[in-house]
Amino acid sequence: MCLAIPAKIISKTGDTAMVDVSGVQREANLMLCPDARVGDYIIMHAGFAIHLLDKKDAEETLQMLSDIKDLANNN
Amino acid sequence: MNLTKTVETLRVKIDKLVNKQTNLMEVCGTHTNVISASGIRRILPKKLRLLSGPGCPVCVTAQTDIDWVIKLARTNEAIITTFGDLMRVPGSESSLEKEKANGANIRVVYSPLDAVKHAQNNNKPVVFIGVGFETTIPTIAGAVIKAKEQKIKNFYVLSFFKLIPPALHKIVNSPEINVQGFILPGHVSAIIGSKPYEFLVKDYNKSCSITGFEPIDILQGIVLVLEQIKSNKPQVAIQYDRVVEIQGNLEAQNIMNQVFKNTDAEWRGLGIIKNSGLEFTKTYQDFNAKNHFAIRVSRPKETSCQCGEVLLGLIIPTECKLFAKGCYPSNPIGPCMVSSEGACAAYYKYER
Amino acid sequence: LDDNITLDYGSGGRKMHRLIGDLFLKYFYNRTLAKFEDAAELALLNKSNNDYCLTIDSYVVQPLFFPGGDIGKLSICGTVNDLAVKGAKPLYIALSFVIQEGISLKTLESLCASISKTAKSVNVPIVTGDTKVIERHSTHEEIIITTCGVGKILSNFQNPTLGANNIKVGDKILINGNIGDHEASIILARGQFDFKANIKSDCAPLYPLIEMFAEEKCQIKMMRDPTRGGLATTLNEIADAGKIGITIDENSIPMQKSVQGIAELLGFDPLYMANEGKVVIIASAKDTNRIMKIMKRYALGKGCAVIGEVTKRKYGLGVWLNTKIGSSRPVLQLEGFQIPRIC
Repeated sequence: MCLAIPAKIISKTGDTAMVDVSGVQREANLMLCPDARVGDYIIMHAGFAIHLLDKKDAEETLQMLSDIKDLANNN
Repeated sequence: MNLTKTVETLRVKIDKLVNKQTNLMEVCGTHTNVISASGIRRILPKKLRLLSGPGCPVCVTAQTDIDWVIKLARTNEAIITTFGDLMRVPGSESSLEKEKANGANIRVVYSPLDAVKHAQNNNKPVVFIGVGFETTIPTIAGAVIKAKEQKIKNFYVLSFFKLIPPALHKIVNSPEINVQGFILPGHVSAIIGSKPYEFLVKDYNKSCSITGFEPIDILQGIVLVLEQIKSNKPQVAIQYDRVVEIQGNLEAQNIMNQVFKNTDAEWRGLGIIKNSGLEFTKTYQDFNAKNHFAIRVSRPKETSCQCGEVLLGLIIPTECKLFAKGCYPSNPIGPCMVSSEGACAAYYKYER
Repeated sequence: LDDNITLDYGSGGRKMHRLIGDLFLKYFYNRTLAKFEDAAELALLNKSNNDYCLTIDSYVVQPLFFPGGDIGKLSICGTVNDLAVKGAKPLYIALSFVIQEGISLKTLESLCASISKTAKSVNVPIVTGDTKVIERHSTHEEIIITTCGVGKILSNFQNPTLGANNIKVGDKILINGNIGDHEASIILARGQFDFKANIKSDCAPLYPLIEMFAEEKCQIKMMRDPTRGGLATTLNEIADAGKIGITIDENSIPMQKSVQGIAELLGFDPLYMANEGKVVIIASAKDTNRIMKIMKRYALGKGCAVIGEVTKRKYGLGVWLNTKIGSSRPVLQLEGFQIPRIC
């Protein structure tokens, strides 16, 4: 799915990384984002990392997603 | 309706910016789904119309291509692997789901790499149905490169891919289409960047915004397009700047171009569009399923399905003669009613 | 109806309802069956009021064992819960096995242990049964368990018995915890998409909670357990049965983050994901806080929430969702199962 939630790389072996999305782990191939390293955030699609988010963008996205939850609760 | 603060400010902004009938096209199927599922369509002014474009990868897969796969499935010569999106799309007289119920070996996968694993674990040929746009194509190209590296001989791909910019060319060149601006797909653009859309601004004066997938992203994207229309300064704005860069993902583009090259392709409901599809490059021809299986299919029988007009944004789903009259999610005649990404399925589910 | 039956006919969605309505009702019609209820009310003792309940369910889940349960535990919980949501104390269960040849005795024994443990936890005896063995047709171990249960409706839930006709505009809709846990745990156990997460099925017998509602004389109008087809399907069934509208708030629906993660990765809507230890309660507004306090005392109810309320029917559509952004849209029944998608 075109998933907006960034996935965090928690381990890496060769061009395959284990990533975490909201507490769900899955392998993601890093062929399309070769500079991705452990601790980075990526956008995952069909089992591949298709974009490597820089730190600022990742925080911004996660903040926005959690904002929506608090925003909605105290509107 | 008590909208959250940010949403209410955006809604008011949009309301002020729309003073005459304005049609925007959201090209990506996921945008169509989020717009309906989050209830955005209900908070927009009446004069602003969001039309769904040809952005659902299975909706645009040609009927002959589906008939081809169904015929292959019936021969039982190969294990068919596919994304779930295609399972219920009707061919001329059947679908992959019905063939699976009749015993065909059809498996849904999450990633093309899973299809490669099926090939490793079976000696029977494994065929992966390659559908999708520029977001998905590099992942399948990557899987083919992996298969070649690992010398896997029984893995094949059907290249039913489609490219977004050529389809946009077709849309803006159709005189009967009255669209002032485009909400452009976020993740396709993460791969190809913003340059391939510039012809929309230079040659056709269309306002554009590359947009993300959260409801707030979409509302912000709409504001950017409406501001361009109002100031008559069209450009390719990037709302989804936390993911999309102007040049896109060069590594992904390089891998895509290693395995595939452009060719003409038939879009369901839109006909043949020049240079809008992909075929294998010489180096990877032995992964081409069409070289390996001798399957013939005849021209599909015509139905009064108007998916083509829906995909071009000429009509909205409820205006199709068959919508909810013979064409239902349970008995789809056209593809747009099948995939939950399809405009008609989204309208049937969320907008009635 | 299609010429051949596909998987979707077993999904709890609209296709299944058409199969029951158009085919089964044609041959088996009677007023009790036509109510489409989880358990049938029976007037066994005195003709005047229905004081007993009968239900039957079969279980075909794969794999047989999954985090938080197995097909044995499930076969008891399902029937106990169908009786419990009718306000009935489960009295007896009949159980039948259809076993594919080749299953190991070890597997069968651990399932029997699990069945027995679950049944004992609500002290329901398995009083009769049947066993058949069928020829092998699949590569993995396979067993089909069918359970039929009889229960006695507790006095607090008699005249009137629980049902859609008790429902009034303004009643509240409650749920006892997170949605989607069961289906997520099955997806993980099947390993078809190589996801890992620590999610357990919510499979549990609900009767102890219902018994507490009876003792405390709660003003409950109707209860249902949202299994296949999830919360959205059950709410649609209630709205159609009561000819009323239901509005729920997307923000107040309890759900684990990791279940939301699996749903997003596969393109699923959690409102349609199956549960096996949840109860949807329709109760009068003034009794809602008391019911919530009762639920909070129990592990079965610690994640409880008020998720919406009963309204007049709008545009002929039963269920509406107030979305995260504050807008609203209809919640329809799906045709069949959700299938993973990329776009």
